Amino acid sequence: MRPVAVVGIGKTPFGAFADKTLRDLTQEAIRHLFADCGASPAQVEGFYLGNFAGPEFMGQSHLAPYVASASGITGVPCTRFENACASSGSAFYHAFNAVAAGTLDVALVAGVEKMTSQPTPKVTEILAEAGDVSGEGKAGATFPALFAMIARRHMHQYGTTREHLAAVAVKNHANGALNPLAHLRKNITLEQALAGKPVADPLTVFDCSLVSDGAAACLLVPLERAAEFRKPPIRILGIAQASDYVALDQKPDITVLEANKRAAAKALAMARVRSSDIDLLEVHDCFTIAEIIALEDLGFVAKGDGGPATASGMTALHGSLPVNTSGGLKSKGHPVGATGVGQICDLVLQLRREAEPERQVAKADIALAQNLGGSGATSVVTILGRVQ
Amino acid sequence: MQGTIYTETVIHIAPEAFVAEAPYQLVIVDLDSGSRVTGRIDGDRVSIGDRVEETVLHNGIRFFRKLA
Repeated sequence: MRPVAVVGIGKTPFGAFADKTLRDLTQEAIRHLFADCGASPAQVEGFYLGNFAGPEFMGQSHLAPYVASASGITGVPCTRFENACASSGSAFYHAFNAVAAGTLDVALVAGVEKMTSQPTPKVTEILAEAGDVSGEGKAGATFPALFAMIARRHMHQYGTTREHLAAVAVKNHANGALNPLAHLRKNITLEQALAGKPVADPLTVFDCSLVSDGAAACLLVPLERAAEFRKPPIRILGIAQASDYVALDQKPDITVLEANKRAAAKALAMARVRSSDIDLLEVHDCFTIAEIIALEDLGFVAKGDGGPATASGMTALHGSLPVNTSGGLKSKGHPVGATGVGQICDLVLQLRREAEPERQVAKADIALAQNLGGSGATSVVTILGRVQ
Repeated sequence: MQGTIYTETVIHIAPEAFVAEAPYQLVIVDLDSGSRVTGRIDGDRVSIGDRVEETVLHNGIRFFRKLA
């Protein structure tokens, strides 16, 4: 297996863009990617698209060649990957494998979702398709409801509080307020977060990530060819994808997302690093409880300590382990299919020392991204490092 | 069939097909038979650890009621 590097990144802002189609958004992210690294469409040998529900949101299938061709990428294999909210994390994992194996040299991975064209009940229904539609879905479950049930159980077993959940939202909004590409760039107070409109008890609107439009893209090449591109390469030190049951009621303990643990263990072993070697994280805070559980499952804190650790400031921008310096899905936004690649772009920016000065983390040599699908049936963990 | 509440939530923002029923309580129940199922609550709200009894199967949804 040969070493692989991310040599280019491109993102659209995340937000609500009534005048932009799914194809426009992808094209825009790819345009930024080419401008970033100096590559051209003719160099791309494989196109990997992460997208959760384009057909449901937009009525358009066969999306990978549809959006690739609009960016001048034709003739090469173009494939869409669907793994709920981990769609583009999964696309990234498979692109890495192709480049690492030598099947191809230049892989473009994009992720996109266009969600705001549908009213909230319809969005809720489409998102619920990432759960077990014939079981929990039939009973009236929503995505927030699944994580609300996880939160209730976590509170019951470990004493996690509403204040702990709110601390995740306050911290991520503080980071997102500094990110020019974030959807909701505003600070919130703990009091506001606690007084939010209920969605699924104990979760309020301030515990839920945003419904957003957006796209992100990155370019993977073998490390030995990285010098052909103008930006410093960021090496993929370790990567793993893992799975678990889709239905929540099939998991023995819903406060542990086993796919996270499996993917993290494999990615850390591949990278030959320990969790204590990692400087910063982007984790999948689709709901505040998901960030707390990710900290635990990935091995950064003991089981049950995710809430208190967050409330202590450990994971704040200038804490000992900055988490979601982008603002996370909570403030940056969560265009579902774009999220996995978006996290990679956000970390590459930090590792290159290209984040805005007030958002740049001082020590950023090794970073970890965790992209979760559904209520934990897919997890992709990626460890990125600067090339010394 | 009786069981114990493993976890629960009251849903305020419902999917399109369930909007008229909101707010409603969704639960995961550990049945005394040993299996774990997702269902809904009829009547009084329940908390983790509460004992419940299955009442009806309606539109494929298993409903439970809190035991006194």
